[in-house]
Amino acid sequence: MKGINTIMEEKQLMLTLKRLAHELIENHYPFTDTCIIGIQPRGIALSDFITQYIKEIHPEVKVEYGKLDITFYRDDFRGQIHIPSITELSFSIEKKKVILIDDVLYTGRTIRAAMDALLDHGRAQKVELCILVDRKFSRDLPIQPDYVGKSIDSIVTQKVKVYWGADKQVVLYDSI
Amino acid sequence: MHLSSKHLLGIRDLLPEDINLILDTAKQFKEVLQRPIKKVPSLRDITVVNLFYENSTRTRISFELAEKRLSADTINFSANSSSVSKGETLLDTVNNILSMKVDMVVMRHSATGAPHFLSNHIPAAIINAGDGINEHPTQALLDALSITEKLGSLKGKKVAIIGDIMHSRVALSNIYLLTKMGAEITLAGPPTLIPKYITESFPVNITYNVKEALEWCDVANVLRIQLERQNQVLFSSLREYNQAFGITKQLLSGLQKDILIMHPGPINRGVEIDSDVADSGQSIILDQVENGVAVRMAVLYLLSGRKEVST
Repeated sequence: MKGINTIMEEKQLMLTLKRLAHELIENHYPFTDTCIIGIQPRGIALSDFITQYIKEIHPEVKVEYGKLDITFYRDDFRGQIHIPSITELSFSIEKKKVILIDDVLYTGRTIRAAMDALLDHGRAQKVELCILVDRKFSRDLPIQPDYVGKSIDSIVTQKVKVYWGADKQVVLYDSI
Repeated sequence: MHLSSKHLLGIRDLLPEDINLILDTAKQFKEVLQRPIKKVPSLRDITVVNLFYENSTRTRISFELAEKRLSADTINFSANSSSVSKGETLLDTVNNILSMKVDMVVMRHSATGAPHFLSNHIPAAIINAGDGINEHPTQALLDALSITEKLGSLKGKKVAIIGDIMHSRVALSNIYLLTKMGAEITLAGPPTLIPKYITESFPVNITYNVKEALEWCDVANVLRIQLERQNQVLFSSLREYNQAFGITKQLLSGLQKDILIMHPGPINRGVEIDSDVADSGQSIILDQVENGVAVRMAVLYLLSGRKEVST
């Protein structure tokens, strides 16, 4: 990878995720008719962390949590076959508030597909979007996040990657 | 990731990675089929023709459902109610259909190699739904999915294929697939229905004693006696076949273990398998049918990605 630029170190990444969790708590406590859904595959690490953190600081609430795979709803799969991941939604989202969580918001096409996929699981009362990294001014569709970890300026040839493992960080790099 | 082939003509052409890719994708489609809305929009720009030159219930309905669950447009064609009876050739029929902008062909034909012939002449992706006595690849894939669901994996599993091996395309596709995935195979049945030289082509065991095969195996795949393909008398009567090679409750209760019983359908009850076995808890015949839709969705989905993007 060329032109690597770390935009979030582990310490800041953790702080940001906790801040996002607190924002969700502020708006949705006690989560009686709200569910959290992580988008496969890369939103899951973040949604796992946020849901777990909410449970830690509010052990009294029971947060409904699911994972959504959007592969079959993509508009670009003719170019390249994407391998589907698991969808785990053990509850109905009918009349619930849904918080979608993903790592990076770029063109908005993934979220478009996710909203399409959600429709097949029921009619949500409201859908909100929680994003770790928002790449500003790069949307192909009129989709904006409700909760943002960090907004960044980037150009088309750059990519954002969230590393989640031993060495947690978010980097911006040149893809060509 | 792609399948290594543009068509699904037979398991013979697939790599083990292809088989794993299809089975993994099929598992995700099984989840889709559990939802209240059992439909995804993946193939909404694709038109599929189901070209059935031979009768079929399960395979045809299963393919059609799979196409509809993927939002593809479908056309059904059966030979006996078409211009085939006026003498139109296979290639002419298909070219006429394709000129109406059809993207994929699902085909069953009584002639061995018919889809292979077609694949040399037309641009559309072809899925073989059974050709003569050659292959029936989606059946072998759904059998594999059914076995892995119950037993975890195929590697090292002992599968007995019992009955009319000679005329069965299900048997041949299963032999290819199980061999590629590292399972062990025993073929059992009357000597007249097992090809004499099959051990020279495949690493399979042969026994003419069904009890012996059942004692050895984890899974018994019982094949249909194909009455329509018997031009010569290969066994004296159905009753005698049932006596010697039929799977009976008595035979199964004499075993030390519970084995899985599979059958590709349609069942000749009281011939190759008794009713109380077919309807027992050991039988996964209806799981096979359920898995058929998911497997065919996976195949259609993975092959449709090969369509050139028109810009």
